[in-house]
Amino acid sequence: MALLELDSVHKRFGGLKAVNDVSFAVEEKSIKAVIGPNGAGKTTLFNLIAGSLPSTSGSIVFNGQELNRRKPYQIAGLGIARTFQNIKMFNGMTALENVMVGRHVQSRAGFISSMFRLPRTWQEEKDIYTKAMGLLDFLEIGEYANMEATSLSFGQQRAVELARALALEPTLLLLDEPAAGLNIYETAEVGRLITKIRDLGITVLLVEHDMSLVMDISDEIVVLSFGEKIAEGLPVDIQNNSEVIKVYLGE
Amino acid sequence: MKKYLAFIPFFLFVVTVHLLTSWTDTLYYLTQMTMSAYYCLLIIGLCVVMGYAGQISLGHAGFFAIGGYISAALTTSNLIEYRDLPLVRLLDSMGMLMTGQDIYGDTLIVITPWMACLAAVILAILLAYLIGIPALKLKGHYLAMATLGFGIIIYRIVLATPYFGEADGIAEVPAFVLFGDISVSGDFSSRVSNYYIAWILLTLGMVLLINLIDSRVGRALRAIHGAEDAADSMGVDTTAYKLNVFVLSAVFAALAGVFMTHYNGSIGPSEAGVMKSVRYVAIVAVGGMAHLWGALIMGITLNFLSLRGVFGTYDDAVFGVILIFIMLFAPNGLLRINFRHVATQLLFFRRAGKKEA
Ligand SMILES: Nc1ncnc2c1ncn2[C@@H]1O[C@H](COP(=O)(O)OP(=O)(O)OP(=O)(O)O)[C@@H](O)[C@H]1O
Ligand SMILES: [Mg+2]
Repeated sequence: MALLELDSVHKRFGGLKAVNDVSFAVEEKSIKAVIGPNGAGKTTLFNLIAGSLPSTSGSIVFNGQELNRRKPYQIAGLGIARTFQNIKMFNGMTALENVMVGRHVQSRAGFISSMFRLPRTWQEEKDIYTKAMGLLDFLEIGEYANMEATSLSFGQQRAVELARALALEPTLLLLDEPAAGLNIYETAEVGRLITKIRDLGITVLLVEHDMSLVMDISDEIVVLSFGEKIAEGLPVDIQNNSEVIKVYLGE
Repeated sequence: MKKYLAFIPFFLFVVTVHLLTSWTDTLYYLTQMTMSAYYCLLIIGLCVVMGYAGQISLGHAGFFAIGGYISAALTTSNLIEYRDLPLVRLLDSMGMLMTGQDIYGDTLIVITPWMACLAAVILAILLAYLIGIPALKLKGHYLAMATLGFGIIIYRIVLATPYFGEADGIAEVPAFVLFGDISVSGDFSSRVSNYYIAWILLTLGMVLLINLIDSRVGRALRAIHGAEDAADSMGVDTTAYKLNVFVLSAVFAALAGVFMTHYNGSIGPSEAGVMKSVRYVAIVAVGGMAHLWGALIMGITLNFLSLRGVFGTYDDAVFGVILIFIMLFAPNGLLRINFRHVATQLLFFRRAGKKEA
């Protein structure tokens, strides 16, 4: 069954058609990649799904619910987590605290119970801490837990961002270029990690420029060019698709 | 537990000040220390809004005045003529009225300080929502502008309304009996106990806010400050959080006004002035924005000096200068000043000056 369905989605910035009539579906518990040259509209598409930008027209249905007109925090509440192409750490917070924010939708404490440290808040805080710490360990950056997140290396910040997204316990994870700026060993590591995340039952939609990674881990691929979908299919089909080859060689 | 450690030197300081003034026969200093503590109650609330939620309020003197004026007006307006009205009877039967005597020995029937305090806090909450809901829906510094307008309106209202005493304000505000013999009042005999009451209330405020900062809510607020769109994507309803923390700070400000007014026995329009709001903002900035203890230390120091009259006729100007200085040279506050930053800034000014010459 499709977890996410895009139907004829459009996004215009003034005269620019950043996303033009894009439709595809993402199957549950699969890894789907969105590829395409720079400026193809991949990040814009993610922003439409996550609610950071309103779409001009079309429909995006997640788990049977229309996402259009919902705010990002509401969409996060439905179980969609994301990472950003240009990493967005919370300034002034430690790596651990960054991940703890990821537990937001999975916890309840409000102003009053937080100020008065009610017993259930105590328990919840312990729970948030344990889960966040567990995720940092899972991503092998537990030793940096108490360092300010923005002081970490690029690769470590990517890992913190991923841990933060996973902390939300998402059904769907949107990863915008998770291997950008990483060397080949780190990239291979990220590939293994994404597969592991899928095996946990999380559906992954990713944008990535590293073709060997994409071909390696994706179950299906969508190709965008100038905002339009030009191909969709299994990795082998995409590799041999003449139009895709033309777009990439023409670059 | 580590986050509460700072309370140890804090308590030592409070007790030391008392003992020192007691030995040197200078207990009158405690009066200004008490008032400084009440101002700090407002300042730490504002610190959370500015430092942790990244919003600026230029109307906190307005909320302080709402606290002060509502409790002063309600606890001094004699209801004796209206005692047969059903509403007054209802209040009386619910224990919300008390009797007393004015300076001429006439009988007064007034609303109790507890009820007046409750009314003041509720009004502050309503007004904070009223300002905050439209202003915080928009991104940017709309809250600063909206609160500035609000502050001016409150100042004009108290200055022009006979019920609030116009330019004279309201005097003869009765003591606020908290429980038993413990009451907030300006009696000379209770100067020491009032000093401790004020500092205990401030401690309570600090504990609540320190807990808040280090909690799910606090992390959400800091996340908004750190990267608003990412916080949004993590499920944080950024507008609601900014709004609620603003309302919370308005409650702190109103309570500060309530206690200060019962302590002084009076309140005047200068407490509602816009320069007071600017002063609070300057103190939070000089304390390091996202730094509750910094705000507290600066709040005590600067308010104490100001109340002692150290700044003379330049009182308001001093706080304006502080604000400019902090923004230019020490954006992280005076306690975390970066001397290299100051040096480069000064150098830059010299160069810029030379170029012009
Ligand atoms: N907020 C915006 N306002 C105006 N134009 C935008 C905005 N965001 C993106 N664009 C434009 O939309 C087009 C698609 O941009 P987008 O960032 O989605 O591309 P992309 O496929 O993610 O590219 P890259 O591989 O470089 O990340 C580009 O031409 C870009 O300049
Ligand atoms: Mg992009």
